[in-house]
Amino acid sequence: MFELCLPAILGGKCIPSAALFGQLLIGLINGSFYALLSLGLAVIFGMLNIINFTHGAQYMLGAFTAYIILQKTGLGYWPALIIAPLIVGVLGIIIERTMLQWLYKLDHLYGLLLTFGVALIIEGIVRNEYGSAGLPYTLPDSLRGGQNLGFMFLPNYRAWVVGASLVVCFGTWFVIERTRLGAYLRAATENPTLVRAFGINVPRMITLTYGFGVALAAFAGVMAAPIYNVSPQMGAELIIVVFAVVVIGGMGSILGAILTGFGLGVIEGLTKVFFPEASNTVIFVIMAIVLLVRPAGLFGRRA
Amino acid sequence: MKRRTTLAALAVVLACGTASAQQVSVKIGVLSDMSSLYADIGGPGSTAAAKIAIADFQKANPNVKVELVSGDHQNKPDIGTNIANQWFDVDKVDMIIDVPNSGVALAVSQVAANKNKLFIVSGAASSDLTGAKCNANTVHWTYDTWMLANGTGKAMVKTGGDTWFFLTADYAFGHALERDTMAVVEKNGGKVLGKVRHPLNTNDFSSFLLQAQSSKAKVLGLANAGGDTINSIKAASEFGIVKGGQSLAGLLVFTSDVNALGLATAQGLALTETFYWDANDTNRAWTKRWHSEGGAANGKFPTMIHAGVYAGILHYLKAAVALNGNVSDGKVVVAKMKEIPTDDPLFGKGTIRADGRKVHPAYLFEVKKPEESKYPGDFYKLRATIPADEAFRPLKEGGCPLVSG
Repeated sequence: MFELCLPAILGGKCIPSAALFGQLLIGLINGSFYALLSLGLAVIFGMLNIINFTHGAQYMLGAFTAYIILQKTGLGYWPALIIAPLIVGVLGIIIERTMLQWLYKLDHLYGLLLTFGVALIIEGIVRNEYGSAGLPYTLPDSLRGGQNLGFMFLPNYRAWVVGASLVVCFGTWFVIERTRLGAYLRAATENPTLVRAFGINVPRMITLTYGFGVALAAFAGVMAAPIYNVSPQMGAELIIVVFAVVVIGGMGSILGAILTGFGLGVIEGLTKVFFPEASNTVIFVIMAIVLLVRPAGLFGRRA
Repeated sequence: MKRRTTLAALAVVLACGTASAQQVSVKIGVLSDMSSLYADIGGPGSTAAAKIAIADFQKANPNVKVELVSGDHQNKPDIGTNIANQWFDVDKVDMIIDVPNSGVALAVSQVAANKNKLFIVSGAASSDLTGAKCNANTVHWTYDTWMLANGTGKAMVKTGGDTWFFLTADYAFGHALERDTMAVVEKNGGKVLGKVRHPLNTNDFSSFLLQAQSSKAKVLGLANAGGDTINSIKAASEFGIVKGGQSLAGLLVFTSDVNALGLATAQGLALTETFYWDANDTNRAWTKRWHSEGGAANGKFPTMIHAGVYAGILHYLKAAVALNGNVSDGKVVVAKMKEIPTDDPLFGKGTIRADGRKVHPAYLFEVKKPEESKYPGDFYKLRATIPADEAFRPLKEGGCPLVSG
């Protein structure tokens, strides 16, 4: 068994390799949340050119909707995983139809300000209704317990989170980059008039895309409900990090969002071992460096 | 001689007579986290508690006029300082109460001292407020980190948890709680094997828990609060920390946190508080009033911080009346508050010490199992009562300059 040590200048802290494997795996798990959330943001920005600051609030709404579904109808985690994203997605569509659609022709800033305002309103309403301390949501029985991997104890739920996130992320990437529907979407972003001339209902496609991006956020919210505190500010805390992930990956790049999501999860996880005090800063340090070296992000195309 | 005593008595009666006839008018500011992570342990619930206190006091003293304002410090020391400055200078507020978040509370305590006004801490926990950073303008009411460490920490070590690993929130409060608990653990023969300091508002604790697991410590001490504590306990339950033989010590857990965790996750957790809404009929009746005053969203229950705001205001108003409403000199009012013994329905009889520490009993609770809980909010069973003279740090050990003289 060997040990991994930091140079003395950084504190010289050592950890055994087994513990390191554990930390890498945990980083990957956390990265899958970043990937899911930044994926939705990247889809919305890439297709609609809207910087969706409501994303964190929509993630939070996903978790709260799961809680409300449980309270009102008794339906547990698995039905909520489908129903909550649908409900929140429809709410997203309403926001798009009534507000966002008027802003596409304007500067990005207007969309950003509008969605930021909507996020604050949603958070305020939920806090007023449910308080700020949080609500209980327990693990589904079928995913309790865990596996002993030798170097760490892996809870079944976390394994499910990584798996589900990988499937959803690469499914989305495949649909947008490799199918005919995705081709229409990408064409509509480039030249909506021309695509409309082929008889495709572009505004409806855009609306549904926004709804899908929002549903992804809500999906991540339901995934988070059993393991994180379900509170009105849960999204606001995460969304800043997720935005950094999207910027590092390259605004609007789907693959970039997914890969940087997982990658930064790992880097953050390692920081939690070697220098825990900096664990919520490290992503922003990386963002600053990436922006200096590659202003369009790691996977971004130069505008 | 006898005649002189009679005269003195007459003078006292006259003085009291004029005091009750004179119009006493004070302005109180509830400064709290109104919209973020501590808004349920303090926040609007503290304002509700303040309203009840004022109503109760005015029932017995109808000539006392009290104006109440409230503000949101957003957990930022600079914003807290700005509001405190403005309240004292422009809005003529006489006393600020509550202020959860030790970072903000330490800043506001400085402002109160500089302007010779008054600050009653209910929400913040750092024992430095009555220790090295004490001043003659600050009273610390409800609880502090020393009391939490002494209550929960001692109980854990006494029942065999003699090796510890800390998860500590990386700011004034977490550091104070960690320091005070380490002292208790080591004093009682335990050992601290390691610690991790995490940023405030950390989402995922699994990485830290893995480190705690590999430390093989018997007790995992959570020197954090609110959402951080909830996230740590949720993750600990998921990662099988307790099943693996390690136990959790929630060093600061409020009823609102237990509610957020659910009893299935929180059961068995030991914690120390100075007020529990369901402890007796008085507290239950008070809770009912607090609910009707709009203290809680969605059927939540008052925390000890809310109780502290209520009791602190009652005692302050007593002192204000005793001073005939001359409350402009903060030091004089604090001296009066220390002179009069405290007596209120929620904390019982007590005193305020020279260092500003309010002294009352503390209670060690255990969170009930889901099947033991009969109605909403039925969270705790009492494990031990820590008498007032043992619950808080001995006066001489705090290093408060007000004491040494």
